[in-house]
Amino acid sequence: MSISREEVVHVARLARLALTEEEIALYGEQLGRILGHADRVTSLDTEGVPPTAQAIALANVFRPDVLNEPAPCLSQREALANGPAVEAGHFRVPRILEDGDPSGEEVAEE
Amino acid sequence: MSPARPLWTSTATELIALLRSGELSATDLTRSLLDRIEEVEGDVRAFITLTPEVALAKAKAVDDARARGEDPGPIAGVPVAVKDIIATRGVRTTAGSKILHNYVPPYSATVADRLEAAGLPMLGKTNLDEFAMGSSTENSAWVPTHNPWDLDRVPGGSSGGSAAAVAAGEAPWSIGTDTGGSIRQPASLSGVVGLKPTYGLVSRSGLIAFASSLDQAGPFARTVADVALLLGVMAGHDPRDATSLPNPVPDYSAGLAGGVKGLRIGVVSQLMGEGVQSGVRTRIEESIALLTKLGAEVGEVSLPTFDLGIDVYYLIAPAEASANLARFDGVRYGLRVDAEDIVKMNSRTRAEGFGAEVKRRIMLGTYALSAGYYDAYYGKAQKVRTLIIRDFARAYENYDVLLSPTSPTTAFGIGEKTQDPLTMYLSDVCTVPTSLAGATAISIPCGVAPEDGLPVGLQLMGKALDEATILRAAYALEQELGPMPHPLLWGEPS
Repeated sequence: MSISREEVVHVARLARLALTEEEIALYGEQLGRILGHADRVTSLDTEGVPPTAQAIALANVFRPDVLNEPAPCLSQREALANGPAVEAGHFRVPRILEDGDPSGEEVAEE
Repeated sequence: MSPARPLWTSTATELIALLRSGELSATDLTRSLLDRIEEVEGDVRAFITLTPEVALAKAKAVDDARARGEDPGPIAGVPVAVKDIIATRGVRTTAGSKILHNYVPPYSATVADRLEAAGLPMLGKTNLDEFAMGSSTENSAWVPTHNPWDLDRVPGGSSGGSAAAVAAGEAPWSIGTDTGGSIRQPASLSGVVGLKPTYGLVSRSGLIAFASSLDQAGPFARTVADVALLLGVMAGHDPRDATSLPNPVPDYSAGLAGGVKGLRIGVVSQLMGEGVQSGVRTRIEESIALLTKLGAEVGEVSLPTFDLGIDVYYLIAPAEASANLARFDGVRYGLRVDAEDIVKMNSRTRAEGFGAEVKRRIMLGTYALSAGYYDAYYGKAQKVRTLIIRDFARAYENYDVLLSPTSPTTAFGIGEKTQDPLTMYLSDVCTVPTSLAGATAISIPCGVAPEDGLPVGLQLMGKALDEATILRAAYALEQELGPMPHPLLWGEPS
């Protein structure tokens, strides 16, 4: 099986990865082979089998809500310490809203 | 202690005795291991970051406590190496990735806190495949780690640095993480002992997440007894991890010598098939004979869904990874590649910061989760995961422990499998079923393959939270096997 260029570009956009043309071709071929190998799983009859999201399941994990005993929390200074761009106690990012929707790029500019 | 034998060849248990009797100080021990690292690290490359000042400060604190007549704890003073995917406050933690090249965590993982509380000086942060994705440590953004048995071969992965450090004598024990075999497979390829705990036994708080339903931290050492000791320090409930199990932690060292008389051991026929290297098979069969001689009741068990483990794993783990790694977006930490709008900034940062294998898995996982494919891939894999768990349950109606090789082959050459991701994935065939079931398994060395002289690992799989039984069986086999050959890097056999 193979994954079309269009599908690879779509998935890369969902994953926020600016892939090069070379990577688009490579991952299309490799994903196709990996998913092809998984045919044994995808073609199996699993009628009536429940899915497992987590093998050792716990339910309703609560902690006591005790006044004056807050859960561990970083200070603002600590939380911001690794930020690549920080200003006035905030993380600074490029513009998010503009005229039209920022569509992002589908293919890396070389 | 024989003066002819260098300190770095000692097991943690031996070192603990010397420390507690006062014959050795934690500071002298730490210095001697830092010297050993200096001696061999240029060849092995087990570490991303060395932390001699952190280690010596801790060693001094342990020595000072002892000098004051205080007990710094039963295992205090024995240095440890920690995989660089475990957050350590104030010490750069990269996950082997360029995207976290400058990340200094503001808090420590619970596992790291527990090592600290136990008085273990941290020698450094060990190399790994980027975000623990790989089976050879070649996917590290920094350097590949070299196998101390043969420097042209890989140590396994993803915790290859932690395994190689222990094999090379740079550390008596270390910490790794195991998502689909990332402790057991490198333990096997590097000739050391490694244990993957039951999901929920060791806190995941502060582990940089790869696949949240699978990730577990666990110990490496050169003996089963040392692994049992270190596991005891790591295990236990943590309110910071909602998947952490509230069960009390048993004393894993107490029952080690109980033997295997009457223990029912099932050899999984699906994991002893065609792909197993002949010398691996030879050593595994010899060990099975030894276990039988010791009184274990060994039979063969067929678990057909184990053949599907790799495919299920390589749908579920990348799917979870694609969600977990969404946090690396150039906003809060790590690399940022600037661009005029946020989507371009996110996409360029991730394209620049992630290596080829991580991108491949994000693509695979995003595809398996995307609209129109979710049921066919991710949903289907979760159902087959249930079938694998049912196969385990069926096996445990007749057996206490399951046995297989840890890896179908001994250590492969650096560069040998990097061009073909599928071939690399297949080296995890023996380890992924236990991961998918959330259960526990240990790998112990059982000799070297006659054809290449490289170590063979034997895997013992146990029921969830039954670490004590696999440790007991592994200990019995280890004692019966006797002393193992040493890696070339040890020089003359001691």
